[in-house]
Amino acid sequence: MSAVLLETQGLSKSFGALEVARSIDFRLEAGARHALIGPNGAGKTTFINLLTGLLVPSRGSVVLEGEDVTALAQAKRVKRGIARTFQINQLFRGLSVLENVCIAVAERLGVGGTMLRPAGRRADVIEEASRLIEMLKLGADAGRRIVELPYGRQRLVEIAIALGLHPRVLLLDEPAAGIPSAESHILLDAIATLPKDIAVLIIEHDMDLVFRFAERITVLVSGAIFAQGSPAEIAANAEVRAVYLGTALDG
Amino acid sequence: MTAATQLAQRHFFRWWELLPWAAGIAVFFAFPTYLSFGTQVLITILFALSLDLVLGYAGIVTLGHAAFFGVGAYTVGMMAMHWGWNEPLSGLVAAALVAGAIGLASGWVLLRTHGLTLLMLTLCTMTLLEQAANMGAAWTGGFDGMPGLSFSKILGLFGFDALYFRSQYLYVLVVLFLCFAIVRMLVYSSFGQSLTGIRENLLRMHAVGAPVRARQVLVYTISAALAGVAGALFTQANGYVNLAVLGLERAAGVLIVLILGGYGRLYGAFVGAILYMVLEHTLSKAYPTAWQLGLGLTLMAVALYARNGMLGLGEALRRRWSAK
Repeated sequence: MSAVLLETQGLSKSFGALEVARSIDFRLEAGARHALIGPNGAGKTTFINLLTGLLVPSRGSVVLEGEDVTALAQAKRVKRGIARTFQINQLFRGLSVLENVCIAVAERLGVGGTMLRPAGRRADVIEEASRLIEMLKLGADAGRRIVELPYGRQRLVEIAIALGLHPRVLLLDEPAAGIPSAESHILLDAIATLPKDIAVLIIEHDMDLVFRFAERITVLVSGAIFAQGSPAEIAANAEVRAVYLGTALDG
Repeated sequence: MTAATQLAQRHFFRWWELLPWAAGIAVFFAFPTYLSFGTQVLITILFALSLDLVLGYAGIVTLGHAAFFGVGAYTVGMMAMHWGWNEPLSGLVAAALVAGAIGLASGWVLLRTHGLTLLMLTLCTMTLLEQAANMGAAWTGGFDGMPGLSFSKILGLFGFDALYFRSQYLYVLVVLFLCFAIVRMLVYSSFGQSLTGIRENLLRMHAVGAPVRARQVLVYTISAALAGVAGALFTQANGYVNLAVLGLERAAGVLIVLILGGYGRLYGAFVGAILYMVLEHTLSKAYPTAWQLGLGLTLMAVALYARNGMLGLGEALRRRWSAK
């Protein structure tokens, strides 16, 4: 077993009487390829929002490399290596693809607040952003604004931004949703080229993708962990099949 | 040209960027009797430019930007009135510092909010200052303001010209140029790029690890300082200050300027200020009682057919032209 990178202890979140996360104890190991699955409304995105600091938990803690980060703001957690993509694209819609990625890279390098030097003279930022864009096969669209791109291509910009942050923990919220199946290999290739020590947690409904990608699967139901294990264990788990997978694995 | 080279060259100077300054100098020689009007236009450009930084680039919607114009205007007025401090350049610096400080303090508190709440709170801040200026008559002259202020020679060389505004015009033109150089540098910097990020998607900006609120407060402070300089120039050039420098009419006016010209475009402030003030000038002469109707109709036309102002319209036409 490798070292635990990100851990939650008794993580809970309620909106009034509605409990959307119930005492979740979760561990993400260095280099993990981990999938989080569960029916709609199970609290998967909420869980990611709790990990990134977009939501403040009602109880429990988030621990990154032994350090409690529960009280840290989103931006500070990003600086410590937690990056995410969103289920619904969150991009700088009026700006070009290149600028979108440049903004992320500039923030990671800590030069996002530089006033005296034109952004155009940060060759390091532009080169790195261009490399990421090439890697995601977005090269031809680099100069186009996000609003001019089809949704599937925009999804890839989400990934490029997250990669530009050089995360140690990468949280992907349904990255393949909206990407035409002919292009989903671009996404998988990009994930495959990530350094091995990065931990990746992916929420995904496409079971093909989940079973191809994940080495470990957590099933979330009604805000609580329902089952955890290797893909084989999960696929063989009769209860999981009953609540979620249903016939999806039969075919 | 690839996207990377395009981005790398975006801050390069283009030949047409000389035009506004050439025109500014040409006006000085061609229309010597219009320099008082010209001075007011230049001051409005600077004021609108400061607003463009927060509204057009950072996407902070404010209805109280005249607060900072007013603070700058009253700062130099009160210094001259009460301390006999009438050296113009140090007056500009003082105005920038005081307006910047008030921008920092109010921005620190207000920028926790956004949307309508922010709009109302910026309006409230301005109204509070307006009432303070109205009621603190011993310091501010109250409703009448401070008439008949005089300022010493600029750099000890050029006296203010009460009749033809010749020195005022050139003085304001030079200060505008310097402030513009600062704004231009900022919007093309990485800081400026991050401001557009904040404008386009706040959620994403947090998620790339940017200190969003610190950036917002910082740009609000810089913008307040620049608006303060514009206000100080108003007092110095005209030799008086009154409540009209500070209030909804001026705050709304500068918004209209930016909407007419096109916000987030650096030169929208120039086009908008000239258009607005020429419209105001000619319409109020032709229809002294109903001139605002003309302005209203123009605004409606812009809101319906040219959402991005005159510059946006020009861009759209050019794109259509080259697409043919």
